[in-house]
Amino acid sequence: MDHALSMFIQGVFTQNLALSLFLGMCTFLAVSKKVGAAFGLGIAVVVVQAITVPVNCLLYNYVLREGALAWTGIDALAKLDLSFLSFITFIGVIAALVQILEMTLDRFFPPLYNALGVFLPLITVNCAIMGGSLFMQQRDYNLSDSLLYGVFSGFGWALAIVILAGIREKLEYSHVPAGLRGLGIAFMTAGLLAMAFMTFSGM
Amino acid sequence: MNNEVSPKESLLKPLFKNNPVFVQILGVCSALAVTTSLRTAITMALAVIFVTSFSNVGVSLIRKVIPGSIRMIVEMTIIATLVILVDQLIKAFSYDLSKQLSVYVGLIITNCIVMGRAEAFAIKNKPGASLLDGIGNGVGYGLVLVIVAFFRELFGFGKLFGIVVFPTVQNGGWYVPNGLMVTAPAAFFLIGAIIWVVKTFNKDMQDSE
Repeated sequence: MDHALSMFIQGVFTQNLALSLFLGMCTFLAVSKKVGAAFGLGIAVVVVQAITVPVNCLLYNYVLREGALAWTGIDALAKLDLSFLSFITFIGVIAALVQILEMTLDRFFPPLYNALGVFLPLITVNCAIMGGSLFMQQRDYNLSDSLLYGVFSGFGWALAIVILAGIREKLEYSHVPAGLRGLGIAFMTAGLLAMAFMTFSGM
Repeated sequence: MNNEVSPKESLLKPLFKNNPVFVQILGVCSALAVTTSLRTAITMALAVIFVTSFSNVGVSLIRKVIPGSIRMIVEMTIIATLVILVDQLIKAFSYDLSKQLSVYVGLIITNCIVMGRAEAFAIKNKPGASLLDGIGNGVGYGLVLVIVAFFRELFGFGKLFGIVVFPTVQNGGWYVPNGLMVTAPAAFFLIGAIIWVVKTFNKDMQDSE
């Protein structure tokens, strides 16, 4: 339980994908103008992250890493180290899973598809998703850890974008210096948010 | 992007006027993450220049034979292959640098600049022009990286390229390092400030109220 809690604090606050690791910035800034849209994208990221990180974890541990193919019982395969293929494998898996998720939602949960549908294609090129899988590989998570990490890190990203969108909606009514309007002030706000999230480190 | 772009324009426009980072808001993720020191920033910039220019050439060479429906995945494969190459090269020649860059080299794959240029320019233009466009965008991106890294390393550590410029208090000098510069928020503030400066001098880029 302690372990899960520390994973939660790490995934959501201290190592927040958007605010401390700068992942998924493009969509983070582009879609954070309205809370509704930010919320939809946030949910989509949580779902995709929770699926892709464990799947990539399985692939990495049973196919790609050095000695991972030992289960086949074939000597030549057991010595193989395919870890250089991990980038291309991960991105392929992500693209394929997002596509499958989109089709499944369309077929079985049309209301959900209508809500999330527009965001799913955006997710394939969202570096938060790719980053989640790469951190899983770097930190050597096992299957249960990678599931936890996927859900928590996705949640952290979603939290950050919803907060930023809320602030930006209010900012519409304030007098921002001309040059800072729009993108500039969004960066400044994100910086202040990042400072707030940083205070959780050391817990 | 229109089809009648002169070579000079495709090389120079992305440097400032149409800069990928602060005008098109592409590839911001890595621009913020690898800029705590100039060395990592420049390595990253070179890696991105390499990948953008060659992926642009690759996509442009086979642009007439790629069926429209699968062009994304073809582009992705070309980009991923190039990124794997870069990653292996950095690992082989400078292992400690590759540790510092950690996952961000891999994330060039999902860096929207690369994909964006392939999709917006290379798919419609000749290889030569695409190469220039790729280099231009890569350099434009690198420029922002170097500016941000310059301030963060100088004020965060009192150093440039690891060489002491401001002797810090711990080492008997006078400069008290600004801890904030090394942390994440400073990167946001600096990019915000760059955008502010650029937009102040360039009135037609400003958003209407």
